[in-house]
Amino acid sequence: MNPEFDAIIVGAGLAGLTCAHKLATQGLNVVVVERGKFAGAKNMWGGAFYGSMMGEFIPHFWKEAPIERYLVKHTISFLSKDRCFSTSFATEPKTDPPGHAFTILRSQFDQWFARKATEAGAIVACGVEATDLLRDGDQFVGIKAGAESFPAKAVVLCEGVNAVLAQKAGLQGELKAQEMKLGVKEIIGLPKETLEQRFNLGDREGISWQFVGSPTQGLPGGGFLYTNQKSLSVGIVVQLSELAKQGLKANELLENFKNSWPVRDLIKDGELQEYSAHLIPLSGIQGMPKMYAPGLLVAGDAAGLVLGTGLILEGGNFAVASGLAAADTVQRCSEEKNFSADAFSRYQKILGNNFVLKDLETFKRAPEFLENPRIYNQYPDLLCTVGEMIACSDGRPRQHLSRLVYDQVREKLSLSRVIQDAVQAMRAI
Amino acid sequence: MSQGKIEDKLAVNKYIPDQEVHIRLNAEICRQCSPRPCLHVCPAQCYKEGSDQQVIFSFEGCLECGSCRMICDRGAIDWTLPRGGFGVCYEFG
Repeated sequence: MNPEFDAIIVGAGLAGLTCAHKLATQGLNVVVVERGKFAGAKNMWGGAFYGSMMGEFIPHFWKEAPIERYLVKHTISFLSKDRCFSTSFATEPKTDPPGHAFTILRSQFDQWFARKATEAGAIVACGVEATDLLRDGDQFVGIKAGAESFPAKAVVLCEGVNAVLAQKAGLQGELKAQEMKLGVKEIIGLPKETLEQRFNLGDREGISWQFVGSPTQGLPGGGFLYTNQKSLSVGIVVQLSELAKQGLKANELLENFKNSWPVRDLIKDGELQEYSAHLIPLSGIQGMPKMYAPGLLVAGDAAGLVLGTGLILEGGNFAVASGLAAADTVQRCSEEKNFSADAFSRYQKILGNNFVLKDLETFKRAPEFLENPRIYNQYPDLLCTVGEMIACSDGRPRQHLSRLVYDQVREKLSLSRVIQDAVQAMRAI
Repeated sequence: MSQGKIEDKLAVNKYIPDQEVHIRLNAEICRQCSPRPCLHVCPAQCYKEGSDQQVIFSFEGCLECGSCRMICDRGAIDWTLPRGGFGVCYEFG
């Protein structure tokens, strides 16, 4: 039997490492077990990190962390065949930090973060798979890794979307394909100068670009492109259950997306460096598991803490915030030497009082709204057609914008349906 | 640029291969399954149709995403992760 830890954290991702860093800083005896060969080996995401939460406990983290680029521009494009209707938000580059969000490659960022947690006093044990939980009656008292047992006063599950141990603990039910989106992504290498020229970016400046419509061939989801220092992250996110229903393959959707205009010009002459895939839990607040039990907490993707509204896809900040909330809870429990369910229930209260559960509550109708096929099938075409009529002249008398939209709506959809969708959109996102 | 073939894409990735298979199929259930959603959703296309109506899973290219376990509603997939330290090893992520 190994000596007892104050806390064992399963998974060296953003939630787990945040929790470990915070607890170790407070002087607690904490270990992170990570099944990958190193922290980040199993982790991937699209690419953008809204680092506000991390800045609170590692001030100016961007100065030392492996940041790829600083986002100065967000674009969303609606694609319909060879037409593209885009809208952008940009900020003038600043100095500290130089953008309002970051592009980050997880494998490299998580390794840096694990070093920070280690410097703070945590042990990060990589290549170790937590296979089960130790129990004493109702109380969770540690983990098993194969034949070895690791006792602990508290266990924090930050094991990611597949949530194997949260399921074993009875906190997470069966995961449903309808509540999952599958993300597939390529890292496409480009020389730094070419990339900056192509996207009109300065040194370290980056862009986040979302695509709706033809990339997913009408299925709920979208395409994305993020700029890294010397590569692009290009991928699609698509609802898992619909993929199966339509008999489509994620890799083929990605290939179509890459070969379609304008993406094919943006990735031209690039070199494939990695192909990755990951699930994103997007059930929203309805599908969230119970997040605590005596001696046990669940954080990050394992707890379904991802916000997807179509316009916003945010999991990293939620993972960090839940890791902090878990650390605060474990610390209080340790101070009071109280490891009851009641003591661990503070975790949910902390999350309820900060943006995590508030945001998920605000956008609770988003998952249902985003299943509306017209968002992916018809509205991109509508926007592009209106755009085309504004941009091009065919020699016929022009009309007011309201008339153009009205005629298109009547021709392609129906007014009542569009009003219904607009009302639903206003309530959902 | 890759021509989009999945084999070429997976060949670029780093893996630490294990001898142990981490996903096992129930051959009997799979043989009778139609339309076999696992064949479509696996982003690494690890699931293939073999002869004799069999479904074959090749674990070497697995990206450990969990899509197959969530799409299979027949309980045919005994899904686990590769042992600690093995499997896909992202360099970028």
